[in-house]
Amino acid sequence: MVKSHAKLVLILALAVIGMFGFGFALVPIYNSLCQTLGINGKTYNRAVAYDEKKAVIVKDREVLVEFVATNNGSVPWAFYPETKKLRVHPGEIAKLAFYAENKTNFSMTVQAIPSITPGIAAKYLKKTECFCFTQQTLNGHEAMDMPLLFHLDPDLPETVKTITLSYTLFDVTGKK
Amino acid sequence: MSDVLTHDIDHDVHDDHGPEQGKGVLGFIKRWLFTTNHKDIGTLYLWLAMVSFFVAGAMALVIRAELFQPGLRFVDPNFFNQMTTLHGLMMLFGVVMPAFTGMANWQIPMMIGAPDMALPRLNNWSFWILPFAFALLGSTLFHSGGGPNFGWTMYAPLSTKFAPPSTDFMIFAIHMMGISSIMGSINIIATILNMRAPGMTLMKMPMFVWTWLITAFLLIAIMPVLAGAVTMMLADRHFGTSFFEAAGGGDPILFQHVFWFFGHPEVYVLVLPAFGVVSEVIPTFSRKPLFGYHFMVYATVSIALLSFVVWVHHMFTTGVPLGAELFFMYTTMLISVPTGIKVFNWVSTMFKGAMTFETPMLFAVAFVFLFTIGGFTGLMLALVPADYQYQDTYFVVAHFHYVLVPGVIFALMAATYYWLPKWTGHMYNETLGKWHFWLSVISVNIAFFPMHFLGLAGMPRRIPDYALQFTNFNMITTVGAFIFGFSQLLFLYNVIATIRHGKKVDGQVWEGAKGLEWTLPSPPPYHSFTVPPHIH
Amino acid sequence: MLNRFCASRLLAVLAGLITGTSAMAATDNWQLNMYKGVTPVSKDMYDLHMIAMLICTLIGIAVFGVMIYALIYHRKSKGFTPAAFHDNTRLEILWSIIPFLILVGLAVPATTILMRMDDTSESDVTIKIVGYQWKWQYQYLDQGISYFSSLATPYNQLAGQGSKGEWYLLEVDKPLVLPVNKKIRFLVTSNDVVHSWWVPELGVKRDAIPGFMHEAWARIEKPGTYRGQCAELCGINHGFMPIVVQAVSEEEFNQWVAGQSSAAAQQATTENDPQAQTDLTRDVLMTLGKEKYEVICAACHKSDGSGLPPMYPPLKGSSVAVGHPIERHIEMILNGVPGSAMQAYRDQLNNTEIAAIATYERNAWENNTGDLVQPSEVARVRQGEIHEPTMVNKVQGGGLQ
Repeated sequence: MVKSHAKLVLILALAVIGMFGFGFALVPIYNSLCQTLGINGKTYNRAVAYDEKKAVIVKDREVLVEFVATNNGSVPWAFYPETKKLRVHPGEIAKLAFYAENKTNFSMTVQAIPSITPGIAAKYLKKTECFCFTQQTLNGHEAMDMPLLFHLDPDLPETVKTITLSYTLFDVTGKK
Repeated sequence: MSDVLTHDIDHDVHDDHGPEQGKGVLGFIKRWLFTTNHKDIGTLYLWLAMVSFFVAGAMALVIRAELFQPGLRFVDPNFFNQMTTLHGLMMLFGVVMPAFTGMANWQIPMMIGAPDMALPRLNNWSFWILPFAFALLGSTLFHSGGGPNFGWTMYAPLSTKFAPPSTDFMIFAIHMMGISSIMGSINIIATILNMRAPGMTLMKMPMFVWTWLITAFLLIAIMPVLAGAVTMMLADRHFGTSFFEAAGGGDPILFQHVFWFFGHPEVYVLVLPAFGVVSEVIPTFSRKPLFGYHFMVYATVSIALLSFVVWVHHMFTTGVPLGAELFFMYTTMLISVPTGIKVFNWVSTMFKGAMTFETPMLFAVAFVFLFTIGGFTGLMLALVPADYQYQDTYFVVAHFHYVLVPGVIFALMAATYYWLPKWTGHMYNETLGKWHFWLSVISVNIAFFPMHFLGLAGMPRRIPDYALQFTNFNMITTVGAFIFGFSQLLFLYNVIATIRHGKKVDGQVWEGAKGLEWTLPSPPPYHSFTVPPHIH
Repeated sequence: MLNRFCASRLLAVLAGLITGTSAMAATDNWQLNMYKGVTPVSKDMYDLHMIAMLICTLIGIAVFGVMIYALIYHRKSKGFTPAAFHDNTRLEILWSIIPFLILVGLAVPATTILMRMDDTSESDVTIKIVGYQWKWQYQYLDQGISYFSSLATPYNQLAGQGSKGEWYLLEVDKPLVLPVNKKIRFLVTSNDVVHSWWVPELGVKRDAIPGFMHEAWARIEKPGTYRGQCAELCGINHGFMPIVVQAVSEEEFNQWVAGQSSAAAQQATTENDPQAQTDLTRDVLMTLGKEKYEVICAACHKSDGSGLPPMYPPLKGSSVAVGHPIERHIEMILNGVPGSAMQAYRDQLNNTEIAAIATYERNAWENNTGDLVQPSEVARVRQGEIHEPTMVNKVQGGGLQ
């Protein structure tokens, strides 16, 4: 006589459903874990509230921040920083603009993706306002100045003297 | 194959019957399609591997023919890239893994005194997925747009946004092959943990069984990761996700991390059973027990565990942070310690033994020499600053071909020559075996040693044409590759001839062989150890 | 079956084949070892490589020595009786600890060198490098110079129709010019797929990842020409996008920079002016067009124009190459097809080249339109695309102010 396997089958089926659900639950789990642990990847597309009056500005240290722009996949826009370099004190707010021009005849939507080098500096560059936080749309032959407000956290390691903030422009027309 | 197993039935075993096979072609097909016998299924896996070996080997010869001299001659660069991609995929997933699974199927039940695998029907399904998977994979060469052309490593976005439509079919084939491996591994673990003959503790198991036990755990851990990676590829291609696409917040490097988290343990999946085979063959032909059995087990476990924390060594030039580079450099270097222990133990097994050099031993000894050379270049590759000059050059190609060809493939040859007499009841042709060995070992070095020089001189990987200063070594390599490729026909001939006829052998076969499988007649009955043996 | 006579004859034939093509192998100097290179980093890498090789060789001699001894003397045929020992815990621990110590000895210099490689601070010149399928773009960020650097080996050599030049596959039209004895910082990214910028003699290799920027540095200590290749499979012509660095003295570098800036300014004004172009004959257009087509376009669209559908459309009989208006054809080459692998060639090719390619495409493979596309037509299309933009204030927020 073969024993009934019904209980085992039920347990296994529940395990499968549970694991499947776990896959979906991973999204909020990752979100909260990455936020609490401050793991890179989630820190650059969030605006950081910053009150400069209350901040500590390190006056005796200067960091050179360079700005670079690249168009990905032959995006037919003009895209460049209007200021190429800034010397900033950690803690003080810096402000500059990037020029963007849609050189086609039709409306396009782009997404700028930032990349910071050296990598260790990435989490110390805090942006308060950035055109990279969201997609930008321009009609044909329109142009605009896109602002960027950021500051360097005073905890930035001493060895970092130059930071390069690079934006790559991607065409996301038609994508959500 | 059915002929072999119905001859030579040991008349001392009662209630023994051969395979149930009906009449004619239909009977033949039904027997092989529905078999749940571990010996039959082992045979199926081994024949799949043999066929794949020649198909993937032919692709290698297309590559080497193209690289014989500078200038595009035979194939266009896109087809060349398809050849390199499919050569890699087929050799790893279509040759080595099925071959070792076939060895596992044949040997594990006999070595532990079990009548069959724990889950025989699952065993049948595990195999039969594979011909479909590989037919699908091979068919991609004929799809419009061509076959996958982005290397077996499938880096995004070359494999997502810029890849041909056949990529989706390749992904499907990989899923099927992964499921097969996972099911097979579950079967192996269940068998080894539950069905050992009474008295066979874990620390009395043969090394081949140990290495397969560990390999099976590795497979269960990593195949889902590969499945995840290729599913994310599929999602990026068709379902609007951006896992590997910076525009949507993703990162091409994420693919590399996920892939290599699978990929590095995968290469240990390929090599651990080879270690197991060598640990069986050398003691037999040295007439001396394996040196340091306990340390061999611990070393194998250490290698398996360490293999999970080294994956970034494939990505040193991608811009990972300094801390990561240092960590992974140290862990990668560390793997050489347990690997070294194994090599020292094999040498110590041979030392003060009384060696004879039948073909299996020749391949096993060559393994120790040449795998170790591959290990040395592996250590050099672990050093990050030096790796910057080696990464993506022929130095890497030389390294992994040394560990895979005169390493893993030679171990498979050794295993085949070693166990074929047991499986078939006939001794193979020793002269032909020796010709096969010497042609192989010489040509394999002619083919792959110059690749070290090419890499150091600056020749990148995966290029169909090269600068003139790389000509001479490329020519030599191609000559060696062709000799090696054609020499394998000797092996094929020997295997087929041995199955059909040959000098009859007794159960012991090899004077120094120890282990439960050698207590069975040659060939063993269709169902062996229906009564568990006693272990002293 | 192979017998000794056959084997030696086969080897003789093969040896003859190899030496017989010695003309081609003339520039091959059988290089066995890594370049020592001309930068501090490349020399560090070389030294580490040599130390590692030495250690491995010594260990190999020891281990293989014992093995060979056993293989010779511990044979049954020599009447040797096998010993019975099968473990020795002390020995096992010993040969775990000694290799571990050797590894520590290797890890120390490796770590120091790696930390040196990581320090890109205080550089003098910054070059932004963008990998494209299948060429490199170099931008001198402080000097405002930008250009593409493509393989310059002529098509007839690639197709095996002419004898190959000394720097076959390692030559470009516009090398990267750098000053010696200055710290150069390379910012590497990609336009499409993952590439890798590698010059062995400079000890620089950095993967080019689309959407991301990574740095590397070098201080070139000796003037000269240094060649490298793309080191990450990036598609069909991965093997055909070399790198040439020309390291010159600081004065020569400054002169070159000045010359480049003025040339670029000059080019910018004439490129968009139809009046500034010269008309060319059909022969000139077709010859130049075929050359450029084979080297640039044929990778995807194939030499016979059949393409590789569905990814790369055929040009033979295609409505773009055969139909009208011709401006559509020119625009497609200038602006590419966004979202596909077809790049915008406006900054990579000049009017003459684009006109030649379009002429070739319109007349080859029995397309036979008889159309001749002149550089002035291309300039006219460029001019037509110039629009004074309307400044708007449409930037989307996302910040907190």
